[in-house]
Amino acid sequence: MEMPQPNPTILSRKAQIVERLQKVLPKDAVIHTDAQVRAYECDALTAYKCPPLCAVLPASTDEVSAVLKACHEMGVPVVPRGSGTSLAGGALPTADCVILGTARLNAVLETNYEDRYIRVGSGRTNLSVTGAVEEMDFFYAPDPSSQLACAIAGNIAMNSGGAHCLKYGVTTNNLMGVKMVLMDGTVTEIGGTHLDAAGLDLLGLICGSEGQLGVVTEATLRILRKPEGARPVLMAFNDNEVAGACVADIIKAGVLPVAIEFMDRLCIETTDNYAKAGYPDCEALLIVEVEGAPEEIDEQLALILDIARKHDPVELREAKSAEEAARIWLGRKSAFGAVGQIADYMCLDGTIPVSSLPMVLRRIGELSEEYGLQVGNVFHAGDGNMHPLILYNANKEGDLELCEAMGAEILKLCVDAGGCLTGEHGVGIEKRDLMTHQFEPQDLEIQMAVKDVFDPMWLLNPAKVFPLESSQTRRIAAE
Amino acid sequence: MKPTTERDLAEAIASAKGPLRITGGGTRDVGNPVVGDALSTAALSGITLYEPGALTIVAQAGTPVSEIEAALDAENQRLAFEPMDHRTLLGTQGTPTVGGMVAANVSGPRRIAVGACRDHLLGVRFVDGAGTVIKNGGRVMKNVTGYDLVKLLAGSYGTLGVLSEVSLKVLPKPETEATLVLNDLSLENSVAAMSAALGSPFEVTGAGKVKGQTCIRIEGFEASVRYRAEQLTALLSKHSDVDQIEHKASGSLWRGIADVSGFADHAAVTRVSVKPSAAPALGVKIAGQHNVDVMLDWGGGLMWFGMMQDDAAAVAHQAIQDSCAQINAHATLIKAPIETRAAVPVFQPENPTITALSDGIRAKFDPRGILNPGLMG
Repeated sequence: MEMPQPNPTILSRKAQIVERLQKVLPKDAVIHTDAQVRAYECDALTAYKCPPLCAVLPASTDEVSAVLKACHEMGVPVVPRGSGTSLAGGALPTADCVILGTARLNAVLETNYEDRYIRVGSGRTNLSVTGAVEEMDFFYAPDPSSQLACAIAGNIAMNSGGAHCLKYGVTTNNLMGVKMVLMDGTVTEIGGTHLDAAGLDLLGLICGSEGQLGVVTEATLRILRKPEGARPVLMAFNDNEVAGACVADIIKAGVLPVAIEFMDRLCIETTDNYAKAGYPDCEALLIVEVEGAPEEIDEQLALILDIARKHDPVELREAKSAEEAARIWLGRKSAFGAVGQIADYMCLDGTIPVSSLPMVLRRIGELSEEYGLQVGNVFHAGDGNMHPLILYNANKEGDLELCEAMGAEILKLCVDAGGCLTGEHGVGIEKRDLMTHQFEPQDLEIQMAVKDVFDPMWLLNPAKVFPLESSQTRRIAAE
Repeated sequence: MKPTTERDLAEAIASAKGPLRITGGGTRDVGNPVVGDALSTAALSGITLYEPGALTIVAQAGTPVSEIEAALDAENQRLAFEPMDHRTLLGTQGTPTVGGMVAANVSGPRRIAVGACRDHLLGVRFVDGAGTVIKNGGRVMKNVTGYDLVKLLAGSYGTLGVLSEVSLKVLPKPETEATLVLNDLSLENSVAAMSAALGSPFEVTGAGKVKGQTCIRIEGFEASVRYRAEQLTALLSKHSDVDQIEHKASGSLWRGIADVSGFADHAAVTRVSVKPSAAPALGVKIAGQHNVDVMLDWGGGLMWFGMMQDDAAAVAHQAIQDSCAQINAHATLIKAPIETRAAVPVFQPENPTITALSDGIRAKFDPRGILNPGLMG
């Protein structure tokens, strides 16, 4: 993956830049020794690494503003970072950038159950948002797999999803307002505790802009009362395509499960060896979860199981207790970790129309044979958001490149099937150069023009999202 | 001008010599008056793709909302955000289009449970002010590929681009619905009751106050609706006696709330988006000083102020906006004679940073400033 050459002038001025940042921040908030900045050299896309010039950890909106103002004046690029769990390289540094970490902005600022929102510092982790309202039986709905570690700042930057968005939507559908700092240090509030924008929907634009338009320091999030209960059912099939057809039939039938998760044989076997969830021996399994009172759950599950029976299942397993429910989810929740035990892998994130599921799964199988790399499929089937895991060996010369090439083919396949390159992880650097497969030049031009408005010097996370070739004139003009 | 293809639409905009007044079906005459050549998307019509199993529909911008709803109804699905039909309130003629619905980000009572029009909008194709055809988003439910211009276009009233095609997420229609009614609550008690219902696990999909009635809606399978109605009745009985309205009657009650039909005879109407718990004080304050009627939706988060006398409307609207500015709420003058709309800010003025960013975006999308210029202020 190509990254732009670092600006030699900035590299040579490191001492002055650090000194300037130390003037506006407490001493321990500026990290600049070679050994220390190494902690920030990559995010969860660990195949790519580059230590930044330095890293800062501001603890207030004012400190964020001071840092950005200083960097703006010095012409130094800034890469915002939540918890560094991006699978797309969204927080990958360049050698000439300042990493701005939001970790210290982690306070709960306000909880309001009457109006059903919580206001938090953007560095707060996703799961601890729910943790803050759990005692009143409320929760924050978006639940990315990394929710124990990932920060709300990163969730907003990438418009993160999760397993339950079929019912509850993704981050943008649950975000009510932000406090944001622009690259020149200007602090502004967008949205708030009311619904919908007074004028243009800038909040909708900010969410998913991958830290390229501003740095969010506070977020107002919608919280919901927990349902009375939830119960999963596991369905095993001897054919991927049949499982895919079953998903479409469930959705058409008028029930809206809170989650429909899919795993194929490779993932089933790998997770079962690892987590011992006791999954059946089959080609494909679905985990379908519904919510409500016990009788409501019974009624919905009966309907869903009726549909499943028409697709000749190998096994249908209903959870009779909380323990059985946990076992059904156990394998799915440990799937990524389990696959990581047997090989290095690259996790893709393309979305396809649910109706194309059988065709796309078949084609992925063919590509797997062509490239000689194994692929495991585990994904959110209800909304078509696929997560093919391509297995490779990082120590084998050329394997990463082979894996990248195959990943690109799969993502193009998703686009050609009527879908998109990324459903919830973001473009980052990983899918940057594939953007021209999904978008025409004018589609990218207008997006870059939006960045021009928020960040005319292209200092915020500049080498991401857009193909380097497309953004080159802007980045160079800014230097 | 009434182009019949996206290409003709692009050509019409590229060759425009001056400002354009853009409409869909012309039923939502909202915003500052625009002077310019009329350009309608009504002839760009037809459903392009509908996949019930994928919960998505794609249609050209001029497609009548009624045509979309009929197609969805045949598959027992619907536009879950319950778009308002403005004809009753505004007394307009014509056929509401899906493009107009998106351009005004029109949502109804169910917005509180499932999100707004913008939350169900998956993709757009539009023509910018230079005549360039641009696409953003797509037709899948999860898509974070590039910036989300889809949300930006929703509610931009044709000032950033003229929509040529939209794709929307649709949802299954529930088997039945019921509404619980609490009579004669004060604004404060009404919002408290609605908050209690919305904060319960019983999945309320509508909460509003019309005339003396506080209404709480539940939808779903029959047994489930019955169960939740019982639970909610028990929960709400400390606020007042609770009556229940069944399926059909409930449906028409909420159609009326969505369309604000109760204010059809009012000369002017202001729509306010506010934190629900701040609604009672705002309502009491404005009603104490001005001759207004008040309706609530979204559990109190949406307030409608109806003014009977046209000559006092500008003053009342201004007072509402001034109060909103103090509590981070916003007010839009939805209905008023053109002279009134020209005399006051129709949309709530925003802070200078937001205004500068919005102006900057408009200048990029519409460098000549010809798309509905001034409509949003």
